[in-house]
Amino acid sequence: MSYEIAVLTSMSIAILFALSLNLITGFCGQVSLGHAAFYGIGAYVAAMLTKVGLALPIALIPAAVMAGVVGILVGIASLRVRHDFLAITTMGVGFLFVGIVRKQDALGGEIGISGIPSVAFGRPGLLLLALICMVLFILLSIYIRRSWLGFAFESISDDEDTARTFGIDVSKFKLLAFVVGTAGAGIAGGLYAHHIRFIGPDSFGFVESVTVLAMVIVGGIGSIAGVAVAAAALSTLPLWLQFVDDYKLLIYGSLIFITMRFAPTGIAGIVRTLWQKRQAK
Amino acid sequence: MLAIELVIQGIVQGAIYALIALGLVLVYGLLRILHVAHAALYTLGAYIGVIIVNHGGHIIVATAVAMVAVGFVGVGVYRFAYKPLLDKPPLIALIASIGMFIAAEEIYRIIFGAYGMSFEQPPLQQQIELFKGFHLSTARISVVFLSILFIGVLGWLAASTRTGIAWRATVSDAGMAASFGVNIEKVRYINFFIGSALAALAGVMVALLNNLVEPTMGAVPAYKALAIIVLGGLGSVRGTLVASIALGIIESFGTIYLGHVMDRDAIAFTFLIIVLMIRPQGLLTRR
Repeated sequence: MSYEIAVLTSMSIAILFALSLNLITGFCGQVSLGHAAFYGIGAYVAAMLTKVGLALPIALIPAAVMAGVVGILVGIASLRVRHDFLAITTMGVGFLFVGIVRKQDALGGEIGISGIPSVAFGRPGLLLLALICMVLFILLSIYIRRSWLGFAFESISDDEDTARTFGIDVSKFKLLAFVVGTAGAGIAGGLYAHHIRFIGPDSFGFVESVTVLAMVIVGGIGSIAGVAVAAAALSTLPLWLQFVDDYKLLIYGSLIFITMRFAPTGIAGIVRTLWQKRQAK
Repeated sequence: MLAIELVIQGIVQGAIYALIALGLVLVYGLLRILHVAHAALYTLGAYIGVIIVNHGGHIIVATAVAMVAVGFVGVGVYRFAYKPLLDKPPLIALIASIGMFIAAEEIYRIIFGAYGMSFEQPPLQQQIELFKGFHLSTARISVVFLSILFIGVLGWLAASTRTGIAWRATVSDAGMAASFGVNIEKVRYINFFIGSALAALAGVMVALLNNLVEPTMGAVPAYKALAIIVLGGLGSVRGTLVASIALGIIESFGTIYLGHVMDRDAIAFTFLIIVLMIRPQGLLTRR
């Protein structure tokens, strides 16, 4: 049973993490190649706090706030640069995070933080917490998508200049997307730290950022259900195919490439096309 | 004294960055694609170079073979990966490229082993005294010399040959160039060939400097070269060259004076972010 619990926990953390990026990249159209940095900030903040005795559900709040605050800073940067420039800037933020954490003795340097305490009620308790956070974030995503906010995000994603012409405060909404998305990543990171119970700078590097972007893209940029399915599948892929573990990155890389090359709209796009064909018959 | 040494180290590193970044900026100028997988070609070049030298080939032969072979691989990458994506949003190609790069690293690991490869007898290692008390290996000098040579040749090609004129015409307006009879496809093939060959040259040079070729050696240059072409203003060759040398020098000073706060890559990206916040259009380009 503990195995299933562990798998489900990592699945719900992955879904939360992927949906948090989906909010920024999918809804609002702002590419982020450094999302793992916020996952990392959340993980470090939560781990430091629970190590001094705070309960995880409470520690997740400062984790989210801290990630969100840094998220605002990156969001402000995103106002200065666009498209390709933004992708590279966010990638830089990711490298900056890892590069700085690596050199801080207070954060464990290269070695990282180990001996992160387990949460109340042990593994099932953590799973419950992760599930609650995941469901809340899914509901938030659905709410945003249906609200005026989602409409504003979509207009920015489609064409920023037109959106501005129509009186949409582009800067405000971009910042909002970054804050909510990065705070979500912070919560996911806090959960992750207590799931693995060991974190180091390399857990939050560029590969993590690409992995989560892969989940969003394979799922179908912007689609909540598609991204959730892709996150669940990709995060557990190494478990299903034990032999694949050594080739995990090869599979990831190829999957990203093949999806982009042959089906740039992802799972959601494929399902939509099939559905439309069936309707047409 | 230390300052001079750091500047020279920075220039050597900057020359390598320039060779890698030049291929990237050529691709970007023509297709608006951030070609991350470019660094995979650089790694491939390094492997080919080391393998040929270890099988008794001369270093010059090895470099030439690596450049030509990788040049053709680069053309293949364009033909099979990027060409079908040209009418999609640029993000699609960028992410496809990252996927390709990650997969390529893993393929190198599986084929060539995870622990890397070295020259059995590393060539060009004699030390030359530049001025009193300051030595530089032949490999380092060749890196700078070859960079200047190839960049010079490239500049001449672009300025004074028919192919170069066709290339510049395609960069500034592909549709217009086509209607004037430029074979755009051919220009793109040549572009990828030259860019990839330069990456292979950089790969062999880095293999000489470090005497180690690893599957992951492309990772840092891949992202740093992106930072460089962004710094240079995306599409500006002159800006890219200035940014390469600047970044090389800043890194060599930064690792001495900021090394305890952040690592080398973080220094590079701090510089990138600061520059972009002040000049979002890059170092040299005018708005």
